[in-house]
Amino acid sequence: MKYDTVIGLEVHCELKTQTKCFCGCKNNFGDEPNSNCCPVCLGFPGALPVLNKKAVEYAVIAGLAFNCSINNESVFERKNYFYPDLSKAYQISQLEKPLCVNGYVEINVDGKPKKIRLNRIHLEEDAGKLIHDGIGGTVVDYNRGGVPLIEIVTEPDISSAEEAVAFLEALKNTIAYTGISDVKMEEGSLRCDVNLSVKPSDSVVLGTRTEMKNLNSFKAVYRAINYEQKRQIEEIEDGHKIVQETLRWDDNIGESKSMRSKEDSQDYRYFPDPDLLPVYISNEQIESLKNSIPKLPSELKQIYLGYGLSDYDASLLVESKAISDYFNEVLSYVNEPKIVANFIINEVLRKLKECNENKMKAQELSELVTLVAKKEISATAGKQVFEKMWETGKSANVLVEELGLKQVNNDDELLSYVVAAIQNNPQSVADYKSGKLSAIGFLVGQVMKASKGKANPQKVNEMLKAELEK
Amino acid sequence: MDYTKLSILELAKLLREGKVTSVELTKQVLAKIKEKEHLHALNSVMEEYALARASEVDQMFSEGKELPTLAGIPITIKDNINIKGFNTTCSSKFLENFVAPYSATIVENLEKNYAVIVGKNNMDEFAMGSSTENSAFYPCLNPRNEECVPGGSSGGSAAAVAADLGFASVGTDTGGSVRQPASLCGVVGLKPTYGLVSRYGIVAFASSLDQAGPLTKTVKDSAVMLNALAGHDAKEETSANVEKVDYMDSFTGSVKGVKIGLIKEFFGEGLDEEVKNAILDAANFYKSKGAEIVEISMPFVGSALACYYILSSAEAASNLSRFDGVKYGVSVDDPKNLNDLYLRNRSQGFGKEVKRRIMLGNYVLSSGYYDAYYKKAKKVQRLLVQQFADTFSKCDVILSPTSPTVAFKIGEKANDPLAMYLSDIYTVPVNIAELPAISIPCGLNKDNLPIGMQLIGKKFSEKTLFNVADVFETMKGEN
Repeated sequence: MKYDTVIGLEVHCELKTQTKCFCGCKNNFGDEPNSNCCPVCLGFPGALPVLNKKAVEYAVIAGLAFNCSINNESVFERKNYFYPDLSKAYQISQLEKPLCVNGYVEINVDGKPKKIRLNRIHLEEDAGKLIHDGIGGTVVDYNRGGVPLIEIVTEPDISSAEEAVAFLEALKNTIAYTGISDVKMEEGSLRCDVNLSVKPSDSVVLGTRTEMKNLNSFKAVYRAINYEQKRQIEEIEDGHKIVQETLRWDDNIGESKSMRSKEDSQDYRYFPDPDLLPVYISNEQIESLKNSIPKLPSELKQIYLGYGLSDYDASLLVESKAISDYFNEVLSYVNEPKIVANFIINEVLRKLKECNENKMKAQELSELVTLVAKKEISATAGKQVFEKMWETGKSANVLVEELGLKQVNNDDELLSYVVAAIQNNPQSVADYKSGKLSAIGFLVGQVMKASKGKANPQKVNEMLKAELEK
Repeated sequence: MDYTKLSILELAKLLREGKVTSVELTKQVLAKIKEKEHLHALNSVMEEYALARASEVDQMFSEGKELPTLAGIPITIKDNINIKGFNTTCSSKFLENFVAPYSATIVENLEKNYAVIVGKNNMDEFAMGSSTENSAFYPCLNPRNEECVPGGSSGGSAAAVAADLGFASVGTDTGGSVRQPASLCGVVGLKPTYGLVSRYGIVAFASSLDQAGPLTKTVKDSAVMLNALAGHDAKEETSANVEKVDYMDSFTGSVKGVKIGLIKEFFGEGLDEEVKNAILDAANFYKSKGAEIVEISMPFVGSALACYYILSSAEAASNLSRFDGVKYGVSVDDPKNLNDLYLRNRSQGFGKEVKRRIMLGNYVLSSGYYDAYYKKAKKVQRLLVQQFADTFSKCDVILSPTSPTVAFKIGEKANDPLAMYLSDIYTVPVNIAELPAISIPCGLNKDNLPIGMQLIGKKFSEKTLFNVADVFETMKGEN
């Protein structure tokens, strides 16, 4: 039987505000344990939360970036449960009135666009971190406790591991562009839970779903989905029922294990937090936040296509904000999008795979691009110069001089090469004159060789034709 | 001379005239606290701290500095209010050894006014109760009759003021916890408008209802205390951002033309006859002074108690969840696992009434019951707010009993929670509607036990309440 997989994701993303969501403590990853804590985020008796307005703005920006409607009034609620990393034994979150609802993220499936709908984006606080000391004890670092977090919940629109990863990549990239989060999965600033069920393709009834946690990389998400859909199909084929449960993915052994079943599922006893006022956001505020968002990858791509770049090239350039920012900066010096794109895609990106630091300042690259654009050096020579610039840090102009790569455009000099080539290669000349026009290629090659690659090939071609037709 | 029976205003004068020093006052109060230790009005005494502060104030007085009215006056505060470096026990085993790492905003406010805090008052555990019998340490006795309860939950505060152990106290009032003990001990107790006095640093019982307020010997002293306590606090979102007023400007000495409402439903079953007569006497007194008495019906007011126990317990269950023993408080040495740790810490740390409220609160919030209880109670709350708004279109203040009875015997209601809850029947509607109300003594019953009357006002009408209460307090004796 054929089966369809139905997947919904819950993505948690820490916001890069200066301070925590409900107190003035620093929001900084990697500091000494329990150094960024106060009575509020430690849940000491009598302490009260005060909402960080910046966190609300960031969450709204996320909503706008993903085409959500923003609720003018939203409410914080308490999600009550006991766990040592949760200092108040409740998490301040949102349930009935979240900040953002009904958005979507567009991904590419087999070359076709597909919209993954978002149910909501809400703002909440992160919990602290349990650290097991390896000898049976557990300690808590509350630095992360109270850090603002958005939870992005999709509709069950995802049908495969590939789509899930494409969705996460698009999500991560867009968030990175907005600047509201570091979106680093390895530091936990981006986390993802997978809700998955399978059903026979001809059935309209959804199957029982499981929820998978502890997915710490896109690769883990990919593997876990493939594992879980296979497991569920096998269970059904064996005549078993799928149990609604929460699973924990173990990426080391590539298996999921049951954490708790539905019967043990917690009743979080949500209710509006009486310590916090409803959050009101006016349409003017929403508009002004909208205007503050930098151009997102989807918009930039359209602009780049307008420059005449191929879909493939444009997509590559918007895969990271650093790159598209760089591209835009080089363009601000020299308006040659195609040449710049070629250099970035073929040279810069290649170099960045070897070392993480971009050693070429935008202005420096623009000088090289200018030389190529003005045909002062050939494209081949351009690559050579780039290589040297990266190595030595010298400017393009200096290197062109040093390497003697300046393209020969001088008519007299070129003519002497052309005449020499005609004289030295009578056979090719005869071929050309007898109608075998391709013979001219050989002659151009000879000129290039004689000029050590510096002759302008196009010009050489023209001059050869003129001479041969005399 | 024994200064402990004087009012704050009287002492403020003497201090400025150099007739008494703050250190002398503080020493007298400390001695009296010792003498009356058996009342259990205090959980802890901060002798060294108090004397040091008192001598600082004396120094400033001797330098001729102009200081706030409260400067140098020894007072006590309820033991659910944090003072940095001192215990905050909430009269609970769970927090018996908890030392506050920071001070409440109102403590900072009192310190800015150079008040001398001498100790922390006994209370019902986590402010849950109406008799102070729920203190995990010892019940507090009523100084007017030591066989009786002082009321609660701020029973220690009321008893301290009544027994002259400090010239004022700060209590907290979630459903009547300042006013009811004030009434039972024969002192003045104010529950300010929700948001007027900062909650930051006060251990939360029910966040949407909690409000700290002063207990004093006189109405004017209550105004002095509110001047020090009130003010916007950026550390609390629900703190009211209203203009600072001087409550000492409240007093006109007249109630001419003031419309005083009597709520029909407040004079029904369960109200002690002597208490009822005292309130009606007060109404007559006001009438004789030119006020207009209006009879009003508030059919929904009877739902207030049920509404209160749902909302307050729901919030309490959540607020008290943080007491898990992981970071502070009671923690067993040999937990079998995490669940066992939570279970035993909380079982050992909390008393019976606290557990009862936690269970009730979790019940009304749990899935399947939330709509029927919590949501419905929120609806009733909105109706009550509306009904109070209608009522205040017909009158300026409401006059009612504070408590249906005078102080009852220790143990009398201890095993009957419902009877105990009914002590708050006239006070809880005020918290639910976020209104201000004051309880002042209005006579004694045949057993010489004090009777209290309550005046309820519109939001932020504390000045009106002070004035109307002051007229009664200062002129009733003349009749």
